[in-house]
Amino acid sequence: MAGITPDQIITAVVAVVGVPLVLLGYIILGEQVIEKLPDRIQEWIRPYFWALPAVGFATIFMIYPLIRTVIISFRNSADTDWIGWANYQYFFTFPDTLTSLRNSLLWLVFYTFFAVFFGLVIAILVDRVRYETIAKIAVFLPVPISAVAASIIWKFMFDYQPSGTTQTGTLNALLSVVHRDPVAWLVNSTTNNAALIFVGIWTATGFCMVIISASLKAISSEVLEAARIDGANEFQIVRLVVTPLLWPTITVVGTTMLINALKTFDIVYVMTNGAYNTDVIATQMFSQLQHSHFGRAAAVGVVLFLAVVPLLVVNIRRFQQQEEQR
Amino acid sequence: MSAERVTIRQATGVAGAVSILDRFGYRLQRLPLHLVIIIFCAVWVIPTIGMMINSFRALPDMQAAGWWTTLFPPHGFTFASYQQVLAIEGVVPSIGYSILITIPATVIQLAIATMGAYAFAWMNFPGRNLFFIVIVGLMVVPIQMTLIPVLQFFKFVHLSGTIPAVWLAHSGYGLPFEVFLLRNYLGGLPREIFESAEVDGAGHSVRFLRIAVPMTLPAIASLVIFVFLGIWNDLLVALTYLGVSPYRPFTVVIAQLTTSFGGGWQFLTAAAVMQMALPLAVFIFLQRYFVRGVTAGSVKG
Repeated sequence: MAGITPDQIITAVVAVVGVPLVLLGYIILGEQVIEKLPDRIQEWIRPYFWALPAVGFATIFMIYPLIRTVIISFRNSADTDWIGWANYQYFFTFPDTLTSLRNSLLWLVFYTFFAVFFGLVIAILVDRVRYETIAKIAVFLPVPISAVAASIIWKFMFDYQPSGTTQTGTLNALLSVVHRDPVAWLVNSTTNNAALIFVGIWTATGFCMVIISASLKAISSEVLEAARIDGANEFQIVRLVVTPLLWPTITVVGTTMLINALKTFDIVYVMTNGAYNTDVIATQMFSQLQHSHFGRAAAVGVVLFLAVVPLLVVNIRRFQQQEEQR
Repeated sequence: MSAERVTIRQATGVAGAVSILDRFGYRLQRLPLHLVIIIFCAVWVIPTIGMMINSFRALPDMQAAGWWTTLFPPHGFTFASYQQVLAIEGVVPSIGYSILITIPATVIQLAIATMGAYAFAWMNFPGRNLFFIVIVGLMVVPIQMTLIPVLQFFKFVHLSGTIPAVWLAHSGYGLPFEVFLLRNYLGGLPREIFESAEVDGAGHSVRFLRIAVPMTLPAIASLVIFVFLGIWNDLLVALTYLGVSPYRPFTVVIAQLTTSFGGGWQFLTAAAVMQMALPLAVFIFLQRYFVRGVTAGSVKG
């Protein structure tokens, strides 16, 4: 593997300094031009001018590929002929893909609920103690850890040795302390999905906590004081004052977690690679890609996309409500 | 109990006794709170601590006994795993490539996203809702769906297997979520601030650069953390666009080593510890942005 060349470093520095400067120039020069235009044309052209860079990027890297992928899902693997619904038919009849569908549903429910719930509870609890920063760093610790590193960490936690030998895995060592047989967490099909989902929750709770906590800090202390003067106890304050005020943040975080759950790929890919019935939709799609079944992979993607349409509707409704309030 | 209370009252005076008892009762009431927090933190920290301890143990020790046995003498700590990992060809450059990928990609996408979010939050134009609905929809598009067409695009513009290709890809994938989050944040800022600036004759560029960006810094700071971490930890995008190039980042190299070493994977604990050290330092450094009262005091009178 080659070393880093000065050229590569210079290119990176130019990008870091240059891109914001170019955008700054784009804004200032563009606005100077637009301000000279007649009012009506100004109002018409300005928003498109501002939205153009973001919309352009989204078009090249997401909208165009998305449309291409929908087209590919109706074509054969070599992309030479139309084959109708065959790729979709495969997805809804093949046992392996149906298992991945079930597992993704498990992720959707348990990963989302526990990550958001734990994040909310911890954010509220640590707000009341003096060692808040340290506790937050502790819960956040798994977030910076990549799926590769997390899987090395949890391989030690889930490590399994045959019954009667020394257990090097933390969980099985704890079981042996209470004289229970060791469990092959990642192989046993009643525990492996739960084990993987827990690793997901473990990496996501810190994210939920930090976002919810930031919005918790924005709640005026006068509101809480008023509730206390009115005789509310701490549980009532959390239930009747804090949680309703946090609700918009909770929905945003919850939506993010639902999307993460559906997109789940890394943990399953690195820890089991979908073996022992742990496949999820995204790993199923990736293995179809690896086998060059582009049409089938695209069909899985389209199914995944259709699955998130309800989320989309919820987001849009909230978006419109926010508009009405402004 | 009541007799004791009477003696204490006689000894210290009524007011003092009440405050001591109150404080004791308050402490006792808060005990479950502390217990829940401490147990939760322990569960969230111990797996990582165990792995970190293992990274300082010899390979045969790791395979023979759990990490907790090292807490008692003889410890047998060693840097052998670190030396072994760093000696592998390509590991040291791969850390550099991770930095060369992560920092520009983060800057590019957040600069573009902030500007786009401002347009969606504070400008009215026909089709705005439709555009934003598309943006919200793109957030949920799985990256795998875009891989083949984007690979074809990079081949078309002669960027295949280059680091700038990965910047662009990450920026494209990250933008919808960032525009969504920043738009929600910007849209929540008080309208009065923008209106009074407009009355004072400030154009959109001034309102954006002097009001929107500074007031959005807390959100941008938290986004920097998560975008940075997301790219630093990314496996799929780097594997797809740089998988066969010499510029593989750290995660890809670790993943490839994990597969190729099979049974002896335990020494890669050292690589995992190095991989997570930088993001953790960044989080601790930016912790101060998560403070109370983001918009407090910006609208007065």
